[in-house]
Amino acid sequence: MRGGIAMTGRHLPRINIVMVLYLLFLMLPIYWLANMSLKTNTEILGGFSLWPRDLTFANYAKILGDPAWYMGYVNSIIYVSMNTVLSVAVALPAAYAFSRYRFMGDKHLFFWLLTNRMAPPAVFALPFFQLYSSVGLFDTHIAVALAHTLFNVPLAVWILEGFMRGVPKEIDETAYIDGYSFPRFFVKIFMPLIASGVGVAAFFCFMFSWVELLLSRTLTSVDAKPIAATMTRTVSASGMDWGVLAAAGVLTILPGALVIWFVRNYIAKGFALGRV
Amino acid sequence: MEKTTNQKAWFLVLPVLVLVAFSAVIPLMTVVNYSVQDTFGNNRFFWVGLEWFEEMLASDRMWAALRRQVIFSAIILVIEVPLGVLIALHMPKRGVWVSVCLVLMSLPLLIPWNVVGTIWQIFGRVDIGLLGYTLAALGIDYNYTQNTFDAWVTVIVMDVWHWTSLVALLAYAGLKSIPDAYYQAARIDQASRWAVFRYIELPKMMGVLMIAILLRFMDSFMIYTEPFVVTGGGPGNATTFLSIDLVKMALGQFDLGPAAAFSIMYFLVILLVSWVFYTVMTNLDKREGK
Repeated sequence: MRGGIAMTGRHLPRINIVMVLYLLFLMLPIYWLANMSLKTNTEILGGFSLWPRDLTFANYAKILGDPAWYMGYVNSIIYVSMNTVLSVAVALPAAYAFSRYRFMGDKHLFFWLLTNRMAPPAVFALPFFQLYSSVGLFDTHIAVALAHTLFNVPLAVWILEGFMRGVPKEIDETAYIDGYSFPRFFVKIFMPLIASGVGVAAFFCFMFSWVELLLSRTLTSVDAKPIAATMTRTVSASGMDWGVLAAAGVLTILPGALVIWFVRNYIAKGFALGRV
Repeated sequence: MEKTTNQKAWFLVLPVLVLVAFSAVIPLMTVVNYSVQDTFGNNRFFWVGLEWFEEMLASDRMWAALRRQVIFSAIILVIEVPLGVLIALHMPKRGVWVSVCLVLMSLPLLIPWNVVGTIWQIFGRVDIGLLGYTLAALGIDYNYTQNTFDAWVTVIVMDVWHWTSLVALLAYAGLKSIPDAYYQAARIDQASRWAVFRYIELPKMMGVLMIAILLRFMDSFMIYTEPFVVTGGGPGNATTFLSIDLVKMALGQFDLGPAAAFSIMYFLVILLVSWVFYTVMTNLDKREGK
C-alpha cells in the first residue's frame, strides 16, 4: 500500500502538466472566439487585448434580434432533430437483427452500410442536389435530414448493435416463453435495457448532423438554410463584421456543450461504436 | 454470442435498406451515369466509355491532389495517434476531474466544421488573432494565406486541435477496461512503466486504436470544410485536398464527366483502405472472443 501511495505522489505533477497543456491548447482558440464576440469591431481592429475592455453584448443582440440570423439556428435544429429521430428509428430493428440473427448476406450488408459512412460528402453533393431538386424537396428540412441519413444510419446501426450485443440472449428467449410478442417485447423489455445505447446513438446522430455543412449548404438556399451557412452573411462591402461572426460561432458551440454533459460517460463507448 | 439463423431477420433490416438505397444508391447511380457519358447540354447524353477515367488518370491535377491528401492524412495520423494515447495515459483516474476533462476534450468534436475553420482563421490572423499576433510579436514571419509552409502547419495544427480528443477518448475507454489485477501483477513482477505500457496497456488498447485509426483515416481523407474556410485550398493549390478539388470541379466548373470519374476512383480508394482496416478489426474482435 505504501508503495502505491508513493507512486501516485511521484506521478501526480507530470499528470497535470500534460493534461493542463493539452486542455490549454484546446481552450485557447475557443476563448479567443468568445473574447472577440464580446468586443466591438472598433476594439477588435483597433488594438490587441487579451480580454474585452469595452464589454458589449451588441453582437449577440444583433443575432438574436434578426430573423434572418436566428432562423438559421431554428432550421439547423429542425433538420438535425428530424434526422436523429429517423436514423435511430430505422436503425433499431436493423441493429437487433444484426446482433441476434444470422441471415443471408448479413456480413456483406453490414460492410455495405459501413461504406456509406466512408462516402465522401463531396462525392454526393451534386447528385443529391439533382435528386432532391427533381423530387421537389430542394430547400426543405426533410431533404437535409434524408441526406444526412447517408452517414448517420450506418453509424446508428453500428452503435446500437454494439450495445445490443451486450444484452444476454436469454432475456429474449424468456420473454418469448412468457408469451410476449416481438413488438411488445422490444418496446417493454428490450428498449429499457439498451436505453443508454439509444441515447448515445441519438447523440452521435445529432452531433454529425449538426457539424456537417457541405451537404446541408448544397441542399438549401433560403427556407432551410443552416446557421453555419448563414455565417457567410458577415462578409459585406464594408468588410468583415468580426464581432458578429464570433458571436454566431460561440452560439453554434453552445448546443454541443450542453448535450455533452449528459453523455460524457458514454461518449468514448459511442465513438468505439459500442465496442469497448 | 451464438447467433441463430433466421432469414426473417431481413424484414427488420428492410427499413434501413430502403432508406439507404434512396440516399446512397440512387445518387451513386447518377455518378456512374455521368462518368461514362458526355453532354452538349439540353440533357442529351452520349456514351463515351472509359474516356473520363483515362483523362483523370492522366491528369496531373488529380495526382497532385491525391499526393497532398496522402501526405496530409499520414501526417495527422502520425501526430494524433501517439498524442491521443499519451493524453489518455495522463487522464485523471477518478473524481470530478474525469468529467471535467472528458467534457472539455469533447468540446472541439461538437463544433460545426466551418466554425472550426473560422476559429482558426481568426486565431491565426496576424492583426486580430492570438496565435498570429504572438508569432508576429516573436519576430516569426507567419502568414497562412501567402506562405505554403505556414498554410500547411495551420491546417495540420487545426486538425490536431479538432480530432486528437477522439483518439484520446477511445484510448481512454480501452485503458479503463483493463482490470486492476493486471496492474497488481505487474507491480509484483516489478515491471517497468514501459513494460506495463508495452505488454498490458497497448495490447488492450489495440481494438479501440484500430477504430480510432480507421475513423481518423476516413475523415481526414474526406476533409473539406475546415481547410476550405481557412485557406480556400491555397496559397495557389497548396492545400487543395481531394474533396476541395472535387467540389471545385463538380459544383464550380460543372465538369460532370471528369468529376464523376474522379468521384468513383476517390470512393474506391477509401473503400479499399477501409476494407483492409475492417478486416483487421474484425479479426482482432474474434481473437478476443467478443
